[in-house]
Amino acid sequence: MKDIADIKIPPIRNGTVIDHIENGQALNVLKILGVNENNIDSSISIGMHVPTNKDGKKWKDIVKLEDMELDETTVSKIALIAPEATISIIRDYYIAEKFAVKLGEKVVGLVRCSNPNCITNKGEPVLPQFFVENRNPPRLRCVYCDRTLLNISDNLI
Amino acid sequence: MDFYDKDLVSIRDLTKDQIEYILDLSKKMVPYARGEKVKRALDGKILGNLFFEPSTRTKLSFESAAYRLGCDVIDVSEMSMTSIAKGETLADTIRMVDAYCDVIVLRHPFEGAARLAADVSENPVINAGDGAGSHPTQMLLDLFTMKEAKGSLEGLNVTMVGDLKYGRTVHTLAQALANFGVKLTLVAPESLQMPHDIVDRLKRNGCVPKKTSVLEDVIGDADVLYVTRIQKERFPDPAEYQKVAGTYRIDNAMLRNAKDDMMVMHPLPRVNEIATEVDSTPHAKYFQQAFNGVPVRMAILCAILGGDI
Ligand SMILES: Nc1ncnc2c1ncn2[C@@H]1O[C@H](COP(=O)(O)OP(=O)(O)OP(=O)(O)O)[C@@H](O)[C@H]1O
Ligand SMILES: [Mg+2]
Ligand SMILES: [Zn+2]
Repeated sequence: MKDIADIKIPPIRNGTVIDHIENGQALNVLKILGVNENNIDSSISIGMHVPTNKDGKKWKDIVKLEDMELDETTVSKIALIAPEATISIIRDYYIAEKFAVKLGEKVVGLVRCSNPNCITNKGEPVLPQFFVENRNPPRLRCVYCDRTLLNISDNLI
Repeated sequence: MDFYDKDLVSIRDLTKDQIEYILDLSKKMVPYARGEKVKRALDGKILGNLFFEPSTRTKLSFESAAYRLGCDVIDVSEMSMTSIAKGETLADTIRMVDAYCDVIVLRHPFEGAARLAADVSENPVINAGDGAGSHPTQMLLDLFTMKEAKGSLEGLNVTMVGDLKYGRTVHTLAQALANFGVKLTLVAPESLQMPHDIVDRLKRNGCVPKKTSVLEDVIGDADVLYVTRIQKERFPDPAEYQKVAGTYRIDNAMLRNAKDDMMVMHPLPRVNEIATEVDSTPHAKYFQQAFNGVPVRMAILCAILGGDI
């Protein structure tokens, strides 16, 4: 069933729809995309706090990007803050591909460790790495210092 | 049991079977650790003892363990004043030391340093404590001490008291004990209780610790009382420190309600958490514990370097 709110946002011809974003995370998704008013040439529609009834949730966020497709790194980062998000690739108004975001076993180089005393924050030639202990809600454990990462969205690289 | 050429960085590197293997091998090492028997099982090997932070006990017991097995030691604790001062990364320092020895023992102030060292080193790395992170050889010698005194770890009531928040020893030990069906009791003021993420991990391993701030209420149930130091620096108010430190001081009066065979452990050095009058009671096991650092580290070196005992 189409969510009523989806319809309020104008359809796009080509691009990407990121749906079922964790309520409140749309702006963090934009931060991950790295888009702002100066560096894109197509439209972005954002739905924040829109009603849904999927998986017993009441609210979700949704982002529609015209003429953009996402690379793998970006999709992984989105999975870190919006583990239930779906990505639909739209070509000529139709959904050409649709998939759910999913974290792998490890997250490498996407987030920084929240432990200031961790060796990965001390100028060593090493990428921060985390074991994915839980996907939803995401729980990451630093491969190096063994701490559970607090505040994933604040530590995105 | 395959330990040969493996790193020992955190408790994650050890299965329950591997822990038991090390504990059994440690027992065999005791007469060699005392010098009653001699075997140069690691003749010709070189250990690089890399201490970026002072630690008399751990460093000396690794040296002693190595020498008892005929393994030579190069002591590179001067590193902290030379290379690091010049801004060399730990990764580069490790690559260099790696070329001069067969196993690296690392103590470092930053958490995760040993994992990084293990990543860049060809030779195995043994973590001798990294910041507030893990200290697996201390954990193994603590388990060994409990097992030797009690015969088995299964079902023991282990009561930890003191600074459970910042003490790396108790974090690692608690997680290891959770593998052995131990009943854990955590005694600390709320501000120094075990961090939530560690408690959650214990629970996921089927160990639900009992928490309290009153030692008197639980001391009678303990089989092992593991005492740690409460550091003055943790308290903004010195009066508050005095009060808390006094509350958990172990003396003969405190031990009146303890089981006769309850053992008191402490990773040492103690300041005044345990009154010296306790030293001469059968409860005191902390000097035995300190000695056990040698056979346990001998077992670890032997297993990793492939020595034959
Ligand atoms: N041409 C289009 N322009 C803009 N958005 C579109 C377009 N086509 C589909 N969408 C949006 O893409 C998302 C996925 O579409 P789909 O038809 O699979 O939705 P659904 O049936 O509601 O499924 P779900 O269970 O994932 O909510 C929805 O948010 C939908 O509104
Ligand atoms: Mg929908
Ligand atoms: Zn870390």
